[in-house]
Formats: sequence, structure tokens, C-alpha cells
Amino acid sequence: MQIGIFSVGDVTTDPTTGRTPTEFERIQATVEIAKKAEEVGLDVFATGEHHNPPFIASAPTTTLAWIGAQTKRIVLSTATTLITTTDPVLIAENYAKLQHLSGGRVDLMMGRGNTGPVYPWFGKDIREGINLAVENYDLLHRLWREDVVNWSGRFRTPLQGFTSTPRPLDGVPPFVWHGSIRSPQIAEQAAYYGDGFFHNHIFWPVSHTRQMVALYRQRWEHYGHGPADTAIVGLGGQFFMRKNSQDAVREYRPYFDNAPVYGHGPSLEDFTRQTPLTVGSPQQVLERTLGFRDYVGHYQRQLFLIDHAGLPLKTVLEQLDLLGEILPEMRKGFAEGRPAHIPDAPTHASLVAAAGGAKDSTVYAPADSATGHRAEDAEELVVA
Amino acid sequence: MTSLVVVSAGLSNPSSTRLLADMLAAATVGAAGAAGGSAGVDVTVIELRDLAQQMTDHLLTGFPGPELSDAMDAVRRADGVIAVTPVFAASYSGLFKTFFDLLEEGLMDGTPVLIAATAGTARHSLVLEHALRPLFSYLHATVVPTGVFAATDDFAGAGLDGRIARAAGELVALMPGHDAAPRSTPVRRLVEEEFADPTPFAELLRQAGAA
Repeated sequence: MQIGIFSVGDVTTDPTTGRTPTEFERIQATVEIAKKAEEVGLDVFATGEHHNPPFIASAPTTTLAWIGAQTKRIVLSTATTLITTTDPVLIAENYAKLQHLSGGRVDLMMGRGNTGPVYPWFGKDIREGINLAVENYDLLHRLWREDVVNWSGRFRTPLQGFTSTPRPLDGVPPFVWHGSIRSPQIAEQAAYYGDGFFHNHIFWPVSHTRQMVALYRQRWEHYGHGPADTAIVGLGGQFFMRKNSQDAVREYRPYFDNAPVYGHGPSLEDFTRQTPLTVGSPQQVLERTLGFRDYVGHYQRQLFLIDHAGLPLKTVLEQLDLLGEILPEMRKGFAEGRPAHIPDAPTHASLVAAAGGAKDSTVYAPADSATGHRAEDAEELVVA
Repeated sequence: MTSLVVVSAGLSNPSSTRLLADMLAAATVGAAGAAGGSAGVDVTVIELRDLAQQMTDHLLTGFPGPELSDAMDAVRRADGVIAVTPVFAASYSGLFKTFFDLLEEGLMDGTPVLIAATAGTARHSLVLEHALRPLFSYLHATVVPTGVFAATDDFAGAGLDGRIARAAGELVALMPGHDAAPRSTPVRRLVEEEFADPTPFAELLRQAGAA
């Protein structure tokens, strides 16, 4: 069981002080949070992707590479990568590069994004959201698995004799999760490929999560990847904890009441009842989290959102300390009653082992038949 | 059993909007009986006032609370809908519009709808034609030809009963009875249907590539 955190990279005013961090402060804070996540023993740090204020979540591989350089163990992931508006060729190149730099500590979560204008900004049509996710991912999947790709489709320039470089580390593409709240087609897509399915889970009622995960598991089995309970499921989660639950409620309420997503809407009490948000003691967070299995079954990855809504860095780091304290209990709880045939989330090491060992996947460009020269020699030819 | 859902956006209690809604519902049940529907009509009344808080929450959070969710489900399964609003600022009320704003796209495709409105004066009577009818046309509902407008004075007048009876008859004629053929209107696929019978991935891939 992997336990980690994800950030959407929002730059939000702290409602208790009226202070808004600068982009510089928020970006640096994100790095601190990721390093702290590794320090307290978490397994995954994931960053979102946005291309507009008030977010600092553009250029995710830059952020992840910088974090990767300052950590040793934590898996670097996304939450989410915009498969709709990002060129699949760039995704293939960027994340394969990140694999090589980080020693394979990378996976991705595909998503469609939630800001309308991001589609036209990148030359796409929001009404084609599902179609873009389907076609673009199909190309990405091939770019990582076929050394030379000939491809044509609706949404990007055709490719003839294209090799995406670098090739995936050890010949094994990064593991991919597909995230969606309410689009059954995305659960179908994840099941078809035998990829992971992640349900964000945090802003919506449990019934959504249960229905989406059930469909994914059923279709996973349908496509022959194994029994439904061996499908690879990840969930989001959201908490605010203090030793004393009343302190947690008192401190978190102004952040909740003014939060970008649900602020000025339902009460904290209604929202914690209707969604998995838990505001209380570490014991309450532990119990609620372990209860997620009651409606999705045994699963592989639990990510928490802990740094949004204007919470100051100091508070976020304290939340990580508290999470670190209950982490052994949480791991023990997740292991309890877990049948032996339930797989763990795939990692680079497990995927390499499943592929029969690491391979050098470098594509060495052949000499062309007319001149006997390779493309790399062109410069020498010009000089000569 | 035929399912009739009545959506009323009246705010006061008692409300003339609800009164008109009840009269329309009773006339529709009566007309269905007279038309020989042996299965009977199951009437569900949705008072939007009771859902006002949950509708606002839904606008902000993206998901419906339990009672609102039930109300939306009722509209989804309805064989016929009676939609009644008071006139505010020369149109339907914001509360009325919000409910229909929140319905999933395609949820009312082909649903027979009787539109009705109340106001203090008959000068607003064309609100049915310039506001309600276009709204339900956009939602791909099938709106019956007769809309019922009731100004305060109409509740003491002679013509209201006749208009109610005519509209109710038109609605019943469109609602499927026990033996009626299924709706012929093409309908959009809802999320629930996708869950029950997912589109296979090969078909999704084909659709993605089809211009």
C-alpha cells in the first residue's frame, strides 16, 4: 500500500491573515512539502497541472525533477497530467527523461483538466474532452512501447518514422493511472489498458467513488487483466488534524469556509458528513481512512490533499508530522485482512521484474544507406 | 404505473404557484383515468423552496445533496412533468431556472412537459412563450401546446379550469400509458446508462477518431 500526498498548487490567500503567498514562496513551499513527505516516511508526492493563475502547477516535470534531485526514495507522480491539451509526444519525452533522471521513481495520473479556457489556449475544443483523452493516450501508450511510430489521428500532426527519446528507462514505461470523478469512459479506458484508476474522492460523495471503482474493477476483469479485486485503485483524501479534535475544527473552519472549491457553500459539518473530508484527531483520520476500503475494496494508493485553501507552510508541515505519527498504524490497518493475491501498486522495480529484467532500450540511429553516415555525423560533414 | 412529476417554484406558504400546480396535477390524473389508463398515475411533487439550500450547495460543490439527488432522479424517470413558476422580473424565478440548470445534459430528452406560471397581473402571460417554452425546447423536452398562465384574478375567473383541462389532456396524450409505444424521440446517453452498459473501449477509440 502506497500512502502519499498530492498538491494542486493553488496560490490562495490565508483567510486568517489576509496574506497571499508569492509564486516564489508557493513554489519553494511545494518543494519543502515534498521533502518533508519523504522525511516522515510517505511513499508518493504528486503535483497537479494548471496553466493559469492562481496556480503554480505548470511545468510539472521541472518541479518533480527538482524534488527528485533532493530526495532519495519517494515516488514522483502527477495529479493530474492534462492528456487532453498536452501533446502526447511531449509527455512521452518529458516523463521518460524524468524516469532516467530519478532512477525510475516516476508515474503519472492522466486527467482532463477543469479550466474551460485551457482547451482553446492550447488549440483544443473542450467538447472533444473524452475523445482527446482517448486518442492522445493511445498515441502516448505507443510512443513508449514502439521504437518507431507511424501514426495519424484527428488531434495532432501525423508522425512518420518517429522515435520518442529518451526511450523509457530499462525498457519499461512509467506506470499510468487515469483519474476521473464522473466519466465512466475513463474507467473503461483504464481497465482496457490494464492501467491504474484513481478517484479523486475528496469533493464528492462516496456514492460516486463506489460506482466508478466498481465499473473499473468489473471492466478490468472483462479485459482479462485478472480478477476484479486485483485491479489497481488509488483514492484521494483530505484531512486536517490536531491532537484534540475541537482544536482541529476551530483552526480549519476559516480555511474551509473560504476554500476555493467548496467555500461559501455547505457547512463544514455537512461537508464532512457527505464527503471523505475528516477534520479531527489523528485517531479519527486513521479510522475514516481505513474505512475507505468498505466501499472500494482493498486498494493500492492513498493520496491526501493537505496544502490547499491558503494553509500556511508551517501548518502543512505540522500536518505531515502528524500523518507520519499515525503512518505505522495506517500501514498496519491497511495490511489487516488483505488477501495475499491483492497486488501492490506497480513501481519501476516491480515492472522491470515483471518484464524479465532491465533492458537497454536506447535506439542507436542506423547509418543511412546512401552515405553510410549517421545523423549525428552531419555536423562533422558540414565542418569537413 | 405512470410517473408524473410536478415541479413547483412557489416561495410562500400557501402559494398560488403550488395551488396551480396541484390543480394541473389533479386534472392530469383525472384525464389519465378518463383515457382508460388502468395502471394509474404516481404523482411526485417537488417543492423547490425545500431544495433551495442544496441547489446553491450543488452550484458551488458540483454534487447534489440527498434530497436534491432524489428530486433529479424523479425527473429522470418521469413519464411527464408539470413545471410551474411564479413570474419574477418578467421571467421564471431564479430558483426555478437553477433546478433545470443543474440537471444532467440530456436528462429531459423527449420528456412531455406542461408549462405553467403565476403572476399578479395578466400582463405577464407571454412569459410562457418567451421564457419557459424556449428553456424546455433547449432541454429537448416535448412541451405541450397549451401552457397555463394564472394571474391572481384568474383564480376567481371562469376560464382557468378550461385551460387546465385542455393542457392536462394534451399532457396525458403524450405520456406513455401501459400499452403505449416507447418514446420515439432520440435521447442522449446519460452517465447512469454508461455505468449500466459501458461503451466498449474499441468503440470509444473509433468515436475519438471519427470526425
